[in-house]
Amino acid sequence: MKLLRLKSAVLAIAFSAVSSLAGHAESHAIRNCTWCHGTSAQGYLPAPRLAGQKRQYLENQLVGFSQHTRDNPFSKQYMWFATASLSPKTAHDLAIYFSELSPKPAEDGNQQLAAMGRKIYQDGIPDSNIVACIACHGPNAEGVREIPRLGGLEFSYLQRRLEQWGEGYNKTAMHPMPHVASQLSAKQIAALASYLSFIK
Amino acid sequence: MKVVRLRSLLQIAVLAVAFSTAARASDEKAAAGVSQRDLQAKVDYCETCHGLSARGFIGFHPIPRLAGQPVEYIENELKGFVEHKRENKESPSSTNIMFNVGHVLSPAMIHALATHFHDLNPKPFGGAPKEIVAAGKKIFDDGVPSADVPACGTCHGADAKGNGAFPRLAGQLYPYIVTQLTNWAKERAEENSNIMAPIAHGLTKSQIEAVAAYVSYLE
Repeated sequence: MKLLRLKSAVLAIAFSAVSSLAGHAESHAIRNCTWCHGTSAQGYLPAPRLAGQKRQYLENQLVGFSQHTRDNPFSKQYMWFATASLSPKTAHDLAIYFSELSPKPAEDGNQQLAAMGRKIYQDGIPDSNIVACIACHGPNAEGVREIPRLGGLEFSYLQRRLEQWGEGYNKTAMHPMPHVASQLSAKQIAALASYLSFIK
Repeated sequence: MKVVRLRSLLQIAVLAVAFSTAARASDEKAAAGVSQRDLQAKVDYCETCHGLSARGFIGFHPIPRLAGQPVEYIENELKGFVEHKRENKESPSSTNIMFNVGHVLSPAMIHALATHFHDLNPKPFGGAPKEIVAAGKKIFDDGVPSADVPACGTCHGADAKGNGAFPRLAGQLYPYIVTQLTNWAKERAEENSNIMAPIAHGLTKSQIEAVAAYVSYLE
């Protein structure tokens, strides 16, 4: 009897070690994220919403923070340390966990600019050689694979990210965002960020 | 009077020589009416989606390689988008993007772009499953006689580099070719591609994947 109990205890430990973090909202790794990103990971500025973000994108960003390739000020200040001792396995599990939470739209952009943002998102501005965001981020800004979901993210987060490409941050990021975003004017950035913040 | 005339003639001659030198000095790719600067800006714009050196890119949908395509093919497709002859019924947003892109281009710019992309030769994008390449080569070289599918090389060239209105397949993105061949009637409703409809229809899913994998690795 004692032996049996011991065996089940060993089994229980073994199982908890191999299971992913999903369904373990109390795990330390998740708690470390939600301190800043909000208990349901809906974002708490300046920390962006993680809920519903693409798994591969989240995982790539975690790697980017730990390797210091994502080098904008808040990333440097918070995320470099947060990911300093993150194992690839935990990064992978965290990405799965947050990608499976359902996202809520921030809806905090400027309503007046949303129509202009929608036009740029869908059509680009061919005369000025500005591409349509929809080509990569999808018809509903839902993202795919390593391309992030933009719909419903916070206005100020979207705005800062778009500004930062043009300011030379995240230089090692993959083609084509540094080129795309550096061509946008302040007003076009505000319009895009507004439109995107309202997408459900 | 004579002196004046002679002088103005001389001026004109000098101007003409100066202009012709300037024209020769500028990139010969730039057709009449397209400056090198405008062409480069437009090339950068195209490559934002079609990938560096136009080798193709996988966005929300696969975005095809343009590098090495015959000039005539690129011109035809751009005109097809502008004139609503090439409509992608599976992905209206793709059609919309290319209509918007195309309708602001002058004929001279279309020609300059087509020539520019034709002359590029980057390595293939890669990524296709390698174990089906051999089966794909057989289909490409011999066709599938039992399904009335001719050898691809007959029209697309033995090296798959295309010819005139027939597109280059060498190095084209694997998922792009798979999508096109799988949904030919919906993706490529334009009249001048009717010739491919029965051929695409005659291929099974695994044959499409095999031939797409084979050509995607050709340089």
